Amino acid sequence: MASSLAPSVASLNGVEKYFGAVRALAGVDLGVARGECVGLVGHNGAGKSTLMNVLAGVLAPSEGRVMVAGQAQATWSTRLARALGIRCVFQELSLCPNLTVAENTRVFHTALRGFGWRRRAANLVQEKLDEIFPGHGINPSTLVQDLSIGRRQMAEVARAFTVTDEPLALVILDEPTSSLDARTAGQLLSYMRRRVAEGMSFILISHMLGEILGNSDRIVVMRDGRTVADDMAAHFNRDRLVAEMGGDNHAAHDASPFGVVRAARPVCVRARPRGQNGDSELVAHKGEIIGLAGLSGHGQTELLRAIFDAAPKGGGSITLDGPVSLVAGDRQSDGIFPSWSIARNITVGSLKALKQGALISPAREKEMAQRWQQRIRIKTPDMDNPILSLSGGNQQKALFARALASDAQIILMDDPMRGVDISTKLEVYDIIRQEAAKGRTFLWYTTETEELLYCDHTYVFRNGMIVAQLARGELTEEKVIQSSFHEAG
Amino acid sequence: MTRVADMFSERPWALSFFGAVLVWLASIAFTGGMGGGDMLTSAMALATFMVIVGVGQMFVITLGPGNVDLSLPANIGLSSAVAMKVMNNDDSLVAVGLLAAAGSGFAIGIANYLLIRALRIPPIIATLSASFIIQSIAISYGRGLQIKPPDGFADFANAQLLGLPVLALGTILFTIAAAILLQRTLFGRGVLATGQNMNAAHLAGVPVERIRTITYAMCGLLGGLNGALLAAYFRGASNDLGSEYLLASIAVAVIGGTSVAGGKANLPGIWGASLFLVLLLTMLNTFGASPGVRMVLSGAIIVGVITIAGGRPSGR
Repeated sequence: MASSLAPSVASLNGVEKYFGAVRALAGVDLGVARGECVGLVGHNGAGKSTLMNVLAGVLAPSEGRVMVAGQAQATWSTRLARALGIRCVFQELSLCPNLTVAENTRVFHTALRGFGWRRRAANLVQEKLDEIFPGHGINPSTLVQDLSIGRRQMAEVARAFTVTDEPLALVILDEPTSSLDARTAGQLLSYMRRRVAEGMSFILISHMLGEILGNSDRIVVMRDGRTVADDMAAHFNRDRLVAEMGGDNHAAHDASPFGVVRAARPVCVRARPRGQNGDSELVAHKGEIIGLAGLSGHGQTELLRAIFDAAPKGGGSITLDGPVSLVAGDRQSDGIFPSWSIARNITVGSLKALKQGALISPAREKEMAQRWQQRIRIKTPDMDNPILSLSGGNQQKALFARALASDAQIILMDDPMRGVDISTKLEVYDIIRQEAAKGRTFLWYTTETEELLYCDHTYVFRNGMIVAQLARGELTEEKVIQSSFHEAG
Repeated sequence: MTRVADMFSERPWALSFFGAVLVWLASIAFTGGMGGGDMLTSAMALATFMVIVGVGQMFVITLGPGNVDLSLPANIGLSSAVAMKVMNNDDSLVAVGLLAAAGSGFAIGIANYLLIRALRIPPIIATLSASFIIQSIAISYGRGLQIKPPDGFADFANAQLLGLPVLALGTILFTIAAAILLQRTLFGRGVLATGQNMNAAHLAGVPVERIRTITYAMCGLLGGLNGALLAAYFRGASNDLGSEYLLASIAVAVIGGTSVAGGKANLPGIWGASLFLVLLLTMLNTFGASPGVRMVLSGAIIVGVITIAGGRPSGR
């Protein structure tokens, strides 16, 4: 297919996007031709969603150009994108749950007004549902909240294809099949191919590599905010996609810093995720560092929270003994107490141990704060300064200090290194290593594959379940990514 | 000038005392120096009742945005009746009556919490609707019963030591204890942590729901005790004995430096703010303002002070 000869529907040239000091997009070029389906893949945080938000007019690019319908768009917006025929189906379902399917269609199309709009909207969406998902069984006058998640997604997809007074040229499908079963997913993809044959364009984002390989004309791979591969779909296979997404192979570095012989030590945590099929469970031995890997939002945080709430006695499908503490990754919403000093933010996890008689001893509190200031090197002239006077990395250190200063023998870490600079990370890795050597057990959820190299044993999660486990020696980035994604077909 | 501003931002409660002194000076300037001492003594006595409920309300407000106990007036009304009925005009039953009033307040606090927690009703609505129920109970319960306190108890509530009301002295000790409770105990730290960030508090190991239960129960208990003491001081219980404490309890906490956003509380400020409010009313009385003017002015002044106080840069 000579897509390069076909006229371009939309293209992005040298698009950069910064969120504060964080660079989400580092100069991306992407073009979509008429009658072409572009498959877009990449790891979490590679910049796919940011890029699509720029294309749909939700985010303004910091640098670069958006070209649509052959013209550079100086003032690009969602309204303009709609008017020029660009539509999005986002992964987070965007229907209003308290309205019916027909009413949601009306929300989408302001042209549906006057008498009988409800019937016309219902007919419009019903027609599309019949066309895309024959035998769907959805009544347009049902409230969205009463539909199953799969049907909600079907309604959302169908609504995106309804046309009143605006053209339809390019549809962005962001994980459109994540809530669909195999049959309806197949219906959607073959509908997409039919529309492509008629000249419509698509961008298909999916973590299911088989879908991408089987339904795209061209595939673009993103990594670290840039495109690293852009080629005809026929030139890719599964292994090449995984390799392009994964980046450099770091597995060789830092061979065995912890060197624990598994099973030689007593087990201190056993936990089965809710809804786990089969008998896989997470097992942590005393003094181990256990990695929880996989794409974000696949049940790692939920399992850590479940373990936290089961402490100190255990319960349900979780066996453990002793107090547990947690280092939050989302500092602002789960971690810091903004009007307290650094010292109080650390000691709040250990107040029982700081009591002298019935009251908390200020002297002991001060002593603990100073001990941890030195141990974890928090950069401040005075631990009584407000926590908000610290940089993000140092706030995170204070949260580590809170967990480590406590009497907990099991430390849960919920992707705690988000947005932390590399030197701080290295210091904290060092302390985790020392504490593990003293017999503390760490359960470490991380979205950075490199951090898994610090773990003795890694469990990979998908759809809320453990789907693979890798011992330290077997761990490579490819294997983690391979298990994080659905098998082809 | 900046040094004065610094002093106030480091000690947010100082402002409320400053206001109290200002209002008192204005009053005695008007009377030409007459009765300044008496004015202070009676202000102390009346401020005591505001402080008792103000402390309870302060702990509740500190739990975080939306937390407030609007059932205090109804609670005071019911508890005063319960106390007087149990005491039955007999000085030997005073302790039992106080216990009954505290128990009735405590039960109201627990009921408030259950409405909030079990039925997931916002505290403002839960405590307000609870107060209607409590009021109805108080009306049907209060019919034709003994509403006079035993003489000994009434005399005690009005007693003075070196020109200072005995109740006020006791309440000063109580506020010191409450300050220690707030800053130096697991419970107090838990309240402060919960108020700043409930999520983070839970994940830091703070037993958030237990702390909320205790806080609402404690606020109810203080309301109950206040009802009994008010009935003794005014020598009689009535259902609307507590009506002025709805706004007053919130106003003294906020004027005294407690953050409406939660997580920050201040005890000395409650005394300052209570004295300020009582002396403000005394001043308007001395100026001979009519009841309507008094209410309009005191409402406007409370709004004004809270606006100024809310605009203070956060201390610490």
